Amino acid sequence: MAQIIKLKDKNTDFLEKITELSGEQITLCEQCGTCSAGCPFVSEMDINPSQIMRLVMLGQESVMDSKTMWLCASCFTCTVRCPRKLDLSKVSEALRQVKLRGAIDEIDIKEISDEEALKLPTIAVVGSFRKFTG
Amino acid sequence: MKTGIYLCQCGGNISNTVDLNSVTEHIKKNDENILVKINSHMCSGAGQKLIIDDIKKNGLEKVVVASCSPHFHEKTFRSTLKKAGLNPYVLEIANLREHCSWIHKDIPEIATEKAKDIVDAALAKAELNYPLEEKKMQLGNEILVIGGGIAGIQTSLDLADSGKKVTLVEKLPTIGGNMAILTKTFPTEDCAACILSPKMAAILDHPNITLYTNSEIEDIVGHRLHFEARVKKHPRYIKDTVNMDLCLSCNKCTEVCPVTQPNYWEQGIINREAIYIPAPHAIPFKYLIDAENCLHFRDNSCKKCAEVCPQNVIDFEQKEEIINVAVDSVVVATGYDIFDAREKSVFGYGKYENVVTAMEMERIVDHIVEAEPPRKVGKRVAFVQCVGSRDEQVGNEYCSRVCCMYSVKLASLLKQAKPETDIYIFYTDLRAFGKGYEEYYKRSQKMGIKFIRGKPSHFTEDKETKQVIITVEDTLSRNIIETEFDLVVLANGLVLSKSSDIVADSLKLAKSDDGFFKEAHPKYKPVDTLVEGVFLAGTAQGPKDIPDTVAQASAAAARVIATLAQKEVPLDPILAFVHQEICDGCEKCLEMCPPKAISMNADGKAAVNEALCLGCGSCIESCPIEALDLNYYTNKQLYAEIEAVLKFKKENEKRILVFADDNTTYRLIDACGVRKMKYTDCIRVLRIPSGSRVTPNLLQFAFAKGADAVFIGDSPEKSSRFEWANNVTNKNLEVVKKKLKELNIESERLVFSQFTAADMMKFITEIDQLADKIDKMDPITDELKKQLLPNKEIKE
Amino acid sequence: MKIPYFPGCTLKTTAQNFEMSAIESAKKIGIEFIELPRWNCCGVVASLTSDDLMRHLAPVRNFLRVQEMNKQGLVENENRLLTLCSMCYNTLSLSNLRMKNDADDLQKINDFMHKEEENYDGNIEVVHFLSILEEMGFDKLAQKITKPLKDLKVASYYGCMLLRPKEVGIDDAEAPTILENFVKSLKAETVDWDAGSRCCGSYHTVNNVEIVYTLVKGIILDARKNGAEAIITSCPLCAFNLDVRQSEIKKDNPDFQTIPIFYFTQLMGIALGLNKEALGLEFNKIDAEDILKKKKLIK
Repeated sequence: MAQIIKLKDKNTDFLEKITELSGEQITLCEQCGTCSAGCPFVSEMDINPSQIMRLVMLGQESVMDSKTMWLCASCFTCTVRCPRKLDLSKVSEALRQVKLRGAIDEIDIKEISDEEALKLPTIAVVGSFRKFTG
Repeated sequence: MKTGIYLCQCGGNISNTVDLNSVTEHIKKNDENILVKINSHMCSGAGQKLIIDDIKKNGLEKVVVASCSPHFHEKTFRSTLKKAGLNPYVLEIANLREHCSWIHKDIPEIATEKAKDIVDAALAKAELNYPLEEKKMQLGNEILVIGGGIAGIQTSLDLADSGKKVTLVEKLPTIGGNMAILTKTFPTEDCAACILSPKMAAILDHPNITLYTNSEIEDIVGHRLHFEARVKKHPRYIKDTVNMDLCLSCNKCTEVCPVTQPNYWEQGIINREAIYIPAPHAIPFKYLIDAENCLHFRDNSCKKCAEVCPQNVIDFEQKEEIINVAVDSVVVATGYDIFDAREKSVFGYGKYENVVTAMEMERIVDHIVEAEPPRKVGKRVAFVQCVGSRDEQVGNEYCSRVCCMYSVKLASLLKQAKPETDIYIFYTDLRAFGKGYEEYYKRSQKMGIKFIRGKPSHFTEDKETKQVIITVEDTLSRNIIETEFDLVVLANGLVLSKSSDIVADSLKLAKSDDGFFKEAHPKYKPVDTLVEGVFLAGTAQGPKDIPDTVAQASAAAARVIATLAQKEVPLDPILAFVHQEICDGCEKCLEMCPPKAISMNADGKAAVNEALCLGCGSCIESCPIEALDLNYYTNKQLYAEIEAVLKFKKENEKRILVFADDNTTYRLIDACGVRKMKYTDCIRVLRIPSGSRVTPNLLQFAFAKGADAVFIGDSPEKSSRFEWANNVTNKNLEVVKKKLKELNIESERLVFSQFTAADMMKFITEIDQLADKIDKMDPITDELKKQLLPNKEIKE
Repeated sequence: MKIPYFPGCTLKTTAQNFEMSAIESAKKIGIEFIELPRWNCCGVVASLTSDDLMRHLAPVRNFLRVQEMNKQGLVENENRLLTLCSMCYNTLSLSNLRMKNDADDLQKINDFMHKEEENYDGNIEVVHFLSILEEMGFDKLAQKITKPLKDLKVASYYGCMLLRPKEVGIDDAEAPTILENFVKSLKAETVDWDAGSRCCGSYHTVNNVEIVYTLVKGIILDARKNGAEAIITSCPLCAFNLDVRQSEIKKDNPDFQTIPIFYFTQLMGIALGLNKEALGLEFNKIDAEDILKKKKLIK
C-alpha cells in the first residue's frame, strides 16, 4: 500500500539537521545502490543504506526507528566506493547521535553476562558504548 | 630632427593637478627646439588634427603625447601618425593621468615635478624611437592534422577537398582509430568498418594529403598561425611499398613467423604474428614488424620472414626518420583511450577471465556468428555501466556519453545473434540523448534485454566455474541481487588519449576539469582553442559519439578554412632582433628562447623567426655583447629612459624605479589610478614587455643613476604569456643582488613581485613598504654608484 | 631505531600475545618500541559527526606525549607514533587528520587543554607497524628470516581499519598487497581470497553476537575454500571475533572446520626464530600450535 506523503518545511529541516551533523551533502546521492550492495550488514537491515539516504532527503523522520543505523559498524566499505564520494558512515553516526542525544541508549550494560564481560576485549566494550550510548 | 610634445589637459583630469605651464617651461628650458602644445582633449578630432597639421607643416619626426595610459589611446595616436604619413612607432605616450594626476591629486606641486620626470623619460625614449615595419605574415595552405581516427580523417578530407595541403599523422600503423575496432554502430547498426573504409581509402588516394602512419609528434613550436612540427616516423622494417609494387601481400612471411601476440585490432581475442598487417581494412595495407616481440630484434635468433620473402622487402636495418613539417594551422584530433578498468579493482578486470571491456566485447560480438567464434559468451551476460565515468572514486566526475548506447548496441547485436542469451544491463541513469537513440533503447527492451537500475558494488569469481558473481542493489525494488554471470562487460568510460600529452605540452593547450582539451568558448568557439590556428576535432575535446565527432571534425575544417582565408595577418613588430654587425655567433641565445624563435643563419649569426618570436625580451640577457635587442624596448632606449626619469632627482629625494610588465603590472598601476588610490609619490614607472627584459646591466644602471630601489612587477608564471620569463627575471635579480652585497648595499632595494590583474592593494602595500624601507636607509654614495655602472660602454 | 609506541588498552589485556610477539620480533630486526610514558585510551572508534570535537581530545593528548618524549630525549627527533592495534591506528589517524586539516579545531583543542605544558603542533605522524616494515623493505625482512614458513598457506585478513577510509588507509582500499608482501617475506604462501577486507562484525560482538557468527562463518568458509591454513590479522577485535567467536561456532557445530588465527607478528616471530613462549601462542583460542607443528616450525 503506497504511503502518501506531503513534503513540508519540517521535512527539509530534518534533512538539513542530518546534513549539518554528518557534514555530508545528502542531496548529492544519485541512488546508484553501491552502498547497499557492498554493505556487510545489509541482509540484517530493514531499510537499505541507499534507501536511508533517500528517506533522509525526503525528510522522513521514520528512519529514526530503523535498525539500519545501529547495524552500521562504520566499516567504511560504502565510503570508499560511493561514486559521489559521500560518507554514509557519517550519516549513520549523525542519525545515531540524534537518538542518543535524546538520552536514549541502545545498549544496557546490565544485559552483558559476567562471563561475556570477562571474555570481551576492552575495545569491543568501549567501541560498543561509544556507538550505543549517549 | 624635430620632436613635438602635446600636453593633454584631459578636461581638467590632468591639468587640475599638474601645472602644465610649468611642465612646458621645463621642457623648453632643456631643449628649446621642441615643439610643445597644450590641448584640452588630445584624443578628440581637434586634438588629433593638431598633430597631423604639425607633422605636415612643421615636419615633425617624433611625437610624444602626454595624456592618459597608452592602454587607452596609444592605438588612436598611432593611427593619427599614420594618417599624417609618419610611422606609428615613433610615437611615445607619457602617462600623466593614471600614473600621476589621479594618484597625487592632493599634492599638485609634487605631481607636477613627477610629471616632468615622466615627460623627460618619454622624450628621451622618443628621440631614439625609429620606424618599425608592420610586416604581414603570409598564410599558406598547409595544415597538420594530428590523429587518424574518424575525426582526423573527416577533417583531413574536408580540408583536402577544399584545396588545402594536409599532413596527417597517426601513431598506429593504420588509420581508422577506435572506430576501426567497433563492430557495428548505434542506432542504425551499420557496420563500422564498411562505412569507415571508403573514407580511409580516400585519405590514401587524395593528392592533397600526406599520410604518416606509425609516426608520432615529437615536438611542435609556434603560437599563432605558424607552427613547426617534428614528426618521428617509426620503421616498419619493410622496404617502402607506396605503390604496392614491391610487397605482394603474399602472406608467406606471417605463415613462417613463430611469434604470437594479441592483435590490438581484435582487442586481443585473436592473435597475430610479429610480422603482420593490423586489420583487413588497414590503411595503408602494409606489413610491419613488431620489433618489441620479433625474435630477430630480441636475440637475433630468427630471420624466417626475410628468408621466405619472394620480393626481398624485409629490411631489419630500417631506422626511424624525423620529418619536419611547417604549417599554418593544426587540428588536434588525438581522440580517447578507454578508461583502464584495472583502476577499478573491485571489478577484477585483468584478474577474472570473464570480465571484459566493452571494446573487447565489440570484437567478441563481431565474431560471435562464426561457426567457431574465438570467444564464446555463455548463457548469461551482464553489462555494467559507468565504469570510470561518473565515479569520483577514480577522479572522473563526467559522463562519457556513449557508453549507454554502445551497451544497448552490443546487447542488441548479441541478442539478435544468440537469442538464447540472457542479458542484463546494470545502469544508474540511462542516457539516450541522440537522434533515434531512445527508440533504439526501446527496441532493445522489446527484445527482452533487462535493464536493472543499480551500480554493482563489487564482483567475485567462482574459482571453479570462472563465473563472475555480481553484487548489486536493484534500487527500484530494493533487493540485493547476487548472481553468477558467464560474461561481464564493463562499459568503460572515455579519457583523453595518453598520446595527446606531447601535443598539449608543446602547443600549451589548456585542459578542462574532465582532462580533455578545452575549447576557446564552450558555446561560440567549440572547436577553436585559445591558441590561434589550433583547432579541436572529435573526442580529444570531450566524449562524443560518431555523428557528433564527424560534425565537429567538419566544423574544425571549416574554421581552418575561414581562418586561413585572411591570406595574411599583421605581425606585431615589437619583436627581438639581432644587431648583425655585433653578433659573434656564440649561440648562447639559442637555449634561452623557449618558443624556439632564434636560430643561426647562413652567416653563422643569430636570427629571429618573426612568426615564432613573442617579444618577451628574455633572450636579451643571454647575449654577453648586447647583440640581441628588442624593437621599441632597445637597450639604448631603456638606458636613455632610466637616465632621463632620474635626472632631476633632488639631493634629499628618494626614488623607486618600477619596471612594470605591460600585460599585468602596468595595467594594474593604471587601475590604481582609475580608482584614485594613493601610494608613494617617489615611484617612477617604466613600461616593459616582461620583467625578464630588464637585464642586470639595466638594473645596475638604474641604481647608478640614482634609483634608491628598483621594483620589477610581472604576472605569475602560470597566467603569463611567457611562462619562462620569471625564471630569467629571478636569475637577473640574483646577479644584481650579489653585486649589491659585494658593495655592502642593502639587497632589499631590489624587489621582484608578481601580480594578477586585481592585485591593486597588494601593489600599493608592497610599494609603500618599500618606500618606508628606503626612507630608513642611507643614500647610496656616489662612489658606490660609480662602481655599479655596468662595465660596458653605453653607446650614446 | 627507537620509536614512540602506543599500545592501547587491549594489548595490555586480551591481546598480550600481540604485544609480546611484536616487541620481540621488532627487537630481532633492530626496532625498539618506546612506550609512551603516560598514554590514555584513544577512544577506540573514530567519532564521525561534525560537532564532536571533544572526542578528539584523547588522541591529541597522546600526540603531546610524543612531543614530550622528544624533548626528554627518550627518542631522537622522531615524530612518528607507532601503533599495532588497527583500531587505535584508525582512530588516532582520523583525529590527527582532522587536526592537520582544520587549524581552528586544533586551536580549540589546544585552548581546552591549557593545563598541558605545550600545544600540539600538528606534526605527529601516526604509523602502523606494517608500514614501518614496508618502509624498511620486505626484502630486508626476508633476509633476516631464519625459519622460513615453507608450505604454510596464510590468508591475509585486513579487516576494515587498516584500509578505510582511504585518507588513512595504509594501502589501496580495494586491492591491498602489504600483508601478502609480508607473508611472502616470511616465505609462506599467500592465499587469494575474497573476504580479506570484509567486516568481522566489530563491536556488535557485545550485544549482537549472531551477526558476528554469520560474518565470521563467511570469512572462515572463504578462507577454507581457498586453501588457507592460517589467517593473520593486526586487529585485536577482529582476532577476538575470528578466534574466540569461531571457537564458539565450532562448539555448536562440531563439523565446522576451524582455521587458526594469528597476529601477523606471531608468525613473524616464528620466522625470525623466536621460541613459542615469547609469542604467547597459548593465548590463541583456536589451537595455533597444531598447524605449526605439522609444518615442523615448532616442536
